[in-house]
Amino acid sequence: MTTWTVATALLSHWRRRPLQFGALLSGLALATALWSGVQAINAEARASYTRAAVVLDQNGLANLVSSNGSSVPQSAFVRLRRAGWNVSPVVEGDYRFGTTRLRVIGIEPLTMPAEAQTIDLGNAGDLLSFISPPGTLVVSAGTAEKIRGQTDLALRVSDRMLDGAAFVDIGLAQRLLRRDGELSRIVVAENQRSGLEPLEKLVPTLSVREPNAETDVEHLTESFHLNLTAFGLLAFAVGLFIVYSTIGLAFEQRRPTFRTLRCLGVSLRVLAVLLLAELVLFALAAGAVGVAIGYLVASLLLPGVAATLEGLYGASVPGTLSLRPEWWVSGFAIAVAGTLVSSAQSLLRLTRVPLLAAAQPQTWGRSWQAGRRFQVLAAAALLALSGALLLWAEGLEAGFGVLGCLLLGASLLLPTVLSGFLTVMQRTSSRALVTWFWADARQQLPGLSLALMALLLALAANVGVGTMVSSFRLTFVGWLDQRLAAELYVAARNEGEADRLRTWLATKVESVLPISSVDAEIRGQPMQIFGVVDDPTYRKHWPLIVGLPDVWDRVASGQGVLVNEQFWRRDRLRIGDQLDLASDWKSTVVGVYSDYGNPKGQVIAGINALTSRYPQVSRLRYGLRIQPDQVADLRSRLSDEFGLPPDNVVDQAALKEQSRRIFDRTFLVTGALNIFTLGVAALAMFSSLLTLSEMRLPQLAPVWAMGITRRDLALLELLRTLVLWLVTFIAALPLGLALAWVLLAVVNVEAFGWRLPMHIFPYEWVRLGLVVLAAAVVSVFIPLRRLAGLAPSDLLKVFANER
Amino acid sequence: MERYICAIVLILAAMVIALRNLSKSYETAEGRLEVLRGIDLDLGAGDSVALTGESGSGKSTLLHLVAGLDRPDSGEIVIGGRDISKLDDRGRAGYRRTEVGLVFQQFNLVPSLDVAANIAFHAKLAGRHDPAWENELVERLGIGTLLTRYPEQLSSGQQQRVAIGRTLAARPGLVLADEPTGNLDEANGDAVLELMLSLSKGTGSTLLMATHSRRLADWLDRQVHLRSGKIT
Ligand SMILES: Nc1ncnc2c1ncn2[C@@H]1O[C@H](COP(=O)(O)OP(=O)(O)O)[C@@H](O)[C@H]1O
Ligand SMILES: [Mg+2]
Repeated sequence: MTTWTVATALLSHWRRRPLQFGALLSGLALATALWSGVQAINAEARASYTRAAVVLDQNGLANLVSSNGSSVPQSAFVRLRRAGWNVSPVVEGDYRFGTTRLRVIGIEPLTMPAEAQTIDLGNAGDLLSFISPPGTLVVSAGTAEKIRGQTDLALRVSDRMLDGAAFVDIGLAQRLLRRDGELSRIVVAENQRSGLEPLEKLVPTLSVREPNAETDVEHLTESFHLNLTAFGLLAFAVGLFIVYSTIGLAFEQRRPTFRTLRCLGVSLRVLAVLLLAELVLFALAAGAVGVAIGYLVASLLLPGVAATLEGLYGASVPGTLSLRPEWWVSGFAIAVAGTLVSSAQSLLRLTRVPLLAAAQPQTWGRSWQAGRRFQVLAAAALLALSGALLLWAEGLEAGFGVLGCLLLGASLLLPTVLSGFLTVMQRTSSRALVTWFWADARQQLPGLSLALMALLLALAANVGVGTMVSSFRLTFVGWLDQRLAAELYVAARNEGEADRLRTWLATKVESVLPISSVDAEIRGQPMQIFGVVDDPTYRKHWPLIVGLPDVWDRVASGQGVLVNEQFWRRDRLRIGDQLDLASDWKSTVVGVYSDYGNPKGQVIAGINALTSRYPQVSRLRYGLRIQPDQVADLRSRLSDEFGLPPDNVVDQAALKEQSRRIFDRTFLVTGALNIFTLGVAALAMFSSLLTLSEMRLPQLAPVWAMGITRRDLALLELLRTLVLWLVTFIAALPLGLALAWVLLAVVNVEAFGWRLPMHIFPYEWVRLGLVVLAAAVVSVFIPLRRLAGLAPSDLLKVFANER
Repeated sequence: MERYICAIVLILAAMVIALRNLSKSYETAEGRLEVLRGIDLDLGAGDSVALTGESGSGKSTLLHLVAGLDRPDSGEIVIGGRDISKLDDRGRAGYRRTEVGLVFQQFNLVPSLDVAANIAFHAKLAGRHDPAWENELVERLGIGTLLTRYPEQLSSGQQQRVAIGRTLAARPGLVLADEPTGNLDEANGDAVLELMLSLSKGTGSTLLMATHSRRLADWLDRQVHLRSGKIT
């Protein structure tokens, strides 16, 4: 017998069972797809952080920054140059071109070290136009598209630039950012002459920031990527479970074939090698499909991810995916590795197939019982660890540790909880068929427990993340109402227009609230300082978390400032703490307000206090308080009187709508991943029910023979599946709420710096419950139809010695 | 109690079995396989009859028809004055539940229930649960120490004893046994068979047992032989 004949005999199994084949391939493809999709997104985002760091921050080089967090005086740079140091100045900050906010980075191309020259100004003409007035903005093609027409400056597109940033000459940057004579940092080249006077002596107020492997953005966004990875891993594990159960079944069913082949003289080694080759072949095929789907998933999700990262962390990630060969390789590798891991047990069992003995299908139930004791111990340890981490550990990693231990522990506990529940139900029922119903459900637990655990995880993730997002949304919407109290927001195009606008508005609205801010570094972090006028609007609406009773009086009089929640938590500030707001400006923290969706720290001071320290502060934007029914009228008069473009006059409703849209877009990814995971869990459930339905004949045949119709058996089967799903769903609710609580009270605080109140949304559970019900019915449909359609002779075969 | 016994006596008395011109064939890959071609057979109440024949002669097929597990192509199976081949799925299930007890060669027991629950199972389904009677059966079958075990923890001989207990606990009017000792060694098989015969005699059940062993067939009251699809 040639190897080929043997291979055909083995493969013929799949031809006769297309459904099983489909389950195997789709499980593997889905697992690979979600895993490699998430990896693709992460890789894309990380690549862009690194690029941003290298291009924008000259991250490969050491930088001199102010030790106390204020700005660096230009004189320091001059002193260093004179002493012979090879250094280059940088000033950076946010600047608004029309409606587009850009990160403006001012550099001096002549002194910038070659290794940090990221834009090509090699030819003299380019260089000249860059450094001479009116000046040139070097931007990405996407950014150029956005700001075209919004500025008089010349635009130059560079494909090495990132969206949302612009390189300009340092003089121009200082003018735009109103930071004359100030620098953000000084880049220190690698090559320096020897025998220079040391830096500490020359510029004692500055400190060296060493080149950093991990960028700030990378650090900030770590939690988000960890989150994605966790979802990917969850989906991958669930998908592998499908593979595990289908391969197990296929091996079980081919036992007679294996035995026959062995009896015909095929060696165990040839058999094993052929089966291995078969699996690797399937893995490669499914892997190819999986990577392709993964690419699709990633490119569908990436714009959402980019929006999330932008919204929550201010990190810029392109919305399109570039194809990297290493994903293909890693996708195939993970598919093959996953297949081998999930088929190891079946392959191992193959070596122990006795040539003659009949199959013993039921003994595995016993060893499962023994394994469960270990599971309970492990679950208890994990839950205890989760509690301990919650109480005593700190940091984002600890937060995720709490989550991981909680989820894993709870899912390990699930089979025992289910088994206990079924035992109690069995004990308390007296009718024969009812007792059997529960006993039989318990007997199926070993075969279903992995799928049920996957289901529990998917459901808990759904409830938990859903609760988190909905709580966040509710809080966010309420917060928007407070925060966006002004009915109309207007932006003048220049200071002259702003002056005229103020005078004109004085008689037409209830109050004019200037929105003026400067960029500053406080306690070593980039921040914005806002100036506010004393107005009832703030006293009534501003979302304060804590504050002194006379907080607004103190702010108005310039005695105190407010800080946002993330700054407050991050730096563990207290009311009464002193802040250095500028070199000659110290103030006291008198209150804290919530400021969702802002990655940066923020300070609010009285407008007079701000303008006296920063006289050049821009005063272009205003919030206007008027009666809501006058908004439309004022709007049109503003455009008649001043010819302001529509983008410069925004009403409250539109702004809220826009914020809400951004919010929803931000959590689109989470929702999509949730649905994917639930889908994979349902598929896992389907494939294990299919697997079990093949082994159920010996369990059902005696009951049928004793006078229960096939139809009733099928109904009981459906009921049993529904009960298991329902109990798992109920178990997922408290777990999901615990998950939500950890997300809101621990992970969010660590990752974003704000803590949110938890709200409960029973209506969403009902919706999820209905989805689950539908999925349960779908998952059991095919196994059920198969059972109901069994011929008596199929059932009778069980009792004869022909198996 | 008296009325209960009366009812059982009535069922037993009515349990006269008449098979008339029974045929059954299977569709196979090689074509139509006619297994039974016009079987005529009568059994009286309380009879014990051995059905013998070569392997593949159709013994199991015949038992399945009588048990209402499958339907004949043509012919009548009149039991207690009623043709069960005319019943629908539900009707035949009810017949199996209340009137027949079955002992097969293997996989007789419900794997998810322990021995005690298995023994009570059919009796409860039939509405004739009687703990005292079940205890007596357990004692006589010598399986008192196994009550909390599960089927997979029993040897084949133990499993068959439990299966007999389970069948007789329901006091069926008709016991059908298909090579009940086929998986057992001779000594064990003989012991199990002896128990089954004496217990079913005790309950007054009619017994139809398929076996290919002449030796075992001799233990029963009467023998019928199946060859080429006919009773000879
Ligand atoms: N479901 C079935 N489909 C096709 N052929 C069957 C089926 N059941 C039994 N047979 C065939 O019918 C014949 C009689 O089988 P059976 O009644 O089991 O014989 P016995 O019990 O006397 O050994 C055999 O040839 C067997 O192969
Ligand atoms: Mg037979």
